[in-house]
Amino acid sequence: MENNPSPARAVQNAVEMRNITKTFGSVVANDKVCLMLRQGEILALLGENGSGKTTLMNMLSGIYLQDSGEILICNKPVTIRSPKDAYALGIGMIHQHFKLVDVLTAGENIVLGLQGKRTLNRREINQKVRQIAQKYGFEIDPTKKVYNMAVSEKQTVEIIKALYRGAETLILDEPTAVLTPQETTKLFDVLRMMKAHGKSIIIITHKLNEVMEISDRVAILRKGEYIATVETAATTQQDLTEMMVGRRVKLEIDRPACARGERKLHVTDLTCVSREGVTKLSGVNFDAFGGEILGVAGVAGSGQKELCEAITGLRQLAGGSILYRYQKDAMTIEENIAGMRADQIAHRGVSLAFVPEDRLGMGLVANMNIVDNVILRSYQENRGILINRKKYRPICEKMIKDLDIVTPGLTTPVRRLSGGNVQKVLLGREILSLPQVLLCAYPVRGLDIVSSYRIYSLLNAEKEKGNAVIFIGEDLDVLMDLCDRVMVLCGGQVSGIVDPRTCTKEEIGLMMTRVGDGREGERA
Amino acid sequence: MSSEWTIFLNFINMAVLASTPLLLATLGEILTEKSGNLNLGVEGMMFMGAIASLGAAYYYEKAVLGLGGTPSPVMATLVAVAAAAAAGGLGALIYAFLVVTLRANQNVTGLTLTIFGTGFANFFGELIGKQAGGFVQVSAPTKAMFGIINFGALSDIPVLGSLLFRYNWMVYFGLVVMLAMAFFLNRSRSGLNLRAVGENPATADAAGVNVTRYKYVATITGGALCGLGGMFISMSSTACAGVWVHNSVNGYGWLAVALVIFATWNPSRAWLCGLVFGGLLVVRNYYPIPGLPMQIYAMFPYIATILVLVFASIRQIKEHAQPASCGMNYFREER
Repeated sequence: MENNPSPARAVQNAVEMRNITKTFGSVVANDKVCLMLRQGEILALLGENGSGKTTLMNMLSGIYLQDSGEILICNKPVTIRSPKDAYALGIGMIHQHFKLVDVLTAGENIVLGLQGKRTLNRREINQKVRQIAQKYGFEIDPTKKVYNMAVSEKQTVEIIKALYRGAETLILDEPTAVLTPQETTKLFDVLRMMKAHGKSIIIITHKLNEVMEISDRVAILRKGEYIATVETAATTQQDLTEMMVGRRVKLEIDRPACARGERKLHVTDLTCVSREGVTKLSGVNFDAFGGEILGVAGVAGSGQKELCEAITGLRQLAGGSILYRYQKDAMTIEENIAGMRADQIAHRGVSLAFVPEDRLGMGLVANMNIVDNVILRSYQENRGILINRKKYRPICEKMIKDLDIVTPGLTTPVRRLSGGNVQKVLLGREILSLPQVLLCAYPVRGLDIVSSYRIYSLLNAEKEKGNAVIFIGEDLDVLMDLCDRVMVLCGGQVSGIVDPRTCTKEEIGLMMTRVGDGREGERA
Repeated sequence: MSSEWTIFLNFINMAVLASTPLLLATLGEILTEKSGNLNLGVEGMMFMGAIASLGAAYYYEKAVLGLGGTPSPVMATLVAVAAAAAAGGLGALIYAFLVVTLRANQNVTGLTLTIFGTGFANFFGELIGKQAGGFVQVSAPTKAMFGIINFGALSDIPVLGSLLFRYNWMVYFGLVVMLAMAFFLNRSRSGLNLRAVGENPATADAAGVNVTRYKYVATITGGALCGLGGMFISMSSTACAGVWVHNSVNGYGWLAVALVIFATWNPSRAWLCGLVFGGLLVVRNYYPIPGLPMQIYAMFPYIATILVLVFASIRQIKEHAQPASCGMNYFREER
């Protein structure tokens, strides 16, 4: 294998994939896909969810074996049967869900599975890790345990792990999904540095602005099929979207103008302490109004989850009050819902469409079908000991139609649905209960463009009905385009509530990373 | 030496002896669980080891006598050790095949192995006993091999001698296994890989570790250790000492499963915790409380087990917890 290609040499292909096909049961994930990665370039692999990007890359990294087609590394045909083979060929993949062992240190994770002396020399390993970090401009503490790390640190460990194994080709699966704008900039600097050192990089993403910023060329997949590879400099975001989706898509997010309604939630001094005694939220103050989408921005783990759980009664409060004003029988009632049980709060019209990292974990029961999942939410309305499915079937059919949910039928377990459709079921179910305050956490996480826009319009519809929407998001661009106000959390504290129309992305980014008192303690 | 001292030293001696089969089985189960396999068949594998060692030693002696020779007690011991390890390993192999290759449910498979091993041992124990004309036992020289070693002058040192040098070879063997395993898990490359397999097999797999091989090797080695624990019961324990006793293992396997949790999957702690349980098993013989029925004493280890499980579920520290993937089977192409 070539380690230091001289610039004078003709451009060599680091990787070439020819007519790759992979099926899972009856699902064709990749259908005769071709891909070419030149040495020393950054190639963006663009495609919607379910377009087969990750599957294709998993074949390159040895997780799956292709059904047919061939892979060439440096112009030589190879068979990659396991991740070990991939490493031997100089291919390292940084997966979207980090493949790290929580209870081990960074250094231990990095040398995991490597051949070498029978005993471990931790000092030597950590020394080498620090050297690599220095070369490419990473910051890392090799003795830190992974479970104590922030997301960006874990990503750094993953990248160093690949480099430590001598990877010449790096594959990054949606690396920026979990990063702040500042961290993304840092990552891109590192990627450019690696490119300068002659590494070839494939970056999987569906964020178009990043494609334009970092890549030399873009390869596009759609529904498992290969569409084209284009030079980044010779294309536009609009063209890329069309190739990715297959038709013209409007790229602007709507922010319908609504008159601000009455104050629905008045949160004062909200404080939460975790079971381990760590302060997760401290002194949080904000209002949520009808006819408005309140965005919540923040680095992962800044208290978003706790905020959701506190408002919906899933978590005990250490202090503070939540005044909730709602309509009931033509009367306006205002009461403190802090300390109430979750079902009492839900009954009053505060609804949580919480989309956790794994969508099926907290929101829906994976093995149950749509009807049963909908019934689950309103089981208390059911009288008697038997379930009345008949009543819910038409409701579900209407929901499937209204939200364009793609499902083989009402009796299909939701785990068989694709991510976007699962999320639509989750959100659709919450909207069915006619909430006056709708909380949704990461409703578009991992969704493709079309599905995301569908979700945005659902949220806008709620806003236009005069309900208050609280949108906890991670993509700042979306938060700034969709929301009427954005609240920024940092280390469990509100570092500010801003109007996205008059404020810049960098300002919000800075507020996200402003080091508060709680943050250091939480990360240590 | 005062008589209290003598009683105390005897108590410690007996506690150490009683703890050894528990230690071996606990170490075996720790190794197994470190690979992500929760093998509840410890009791069964101990039973298999118990009968296999006794039967193998017995048939070896019978065969040599049949040929007109004199059976060597050393050979009989080696045969017993090999048979115990092989039998325990065989039980674990069945388990590993069902769980790793066929991806059967771990709990059900482990419980089944316990039932199988218990039946296997009692059946063959009775069968061999019947053929031997009443009960099966090994010759006195072989029994002596599993008895207390005479260290000569060392054993005569006051206090220290009786504390350290009044045991059979398996006690020291258990210590060596404990140290070796502690070193293996914390200092060796393979140990690191094994821990990763138990914590997060997908990660280990992506890092190039052969998950299936690690699971098989760890589970079978663990089973062999459980088998040796069973051998201690049938060959060395005062209750059996080279004679087959119906249902001899009698719950030791389950104590070992609980001890794994008590020891927080840490071999060195397994030794200490094993000692505590060993003490609880024999304390009635040394410190009887007037009026307290023997049956209450007999309950001590099991009450301790329940308490351990309760406390273990309250206290949760990441490093001291069960390997994260324990109980779950791994399939690479699952999606």
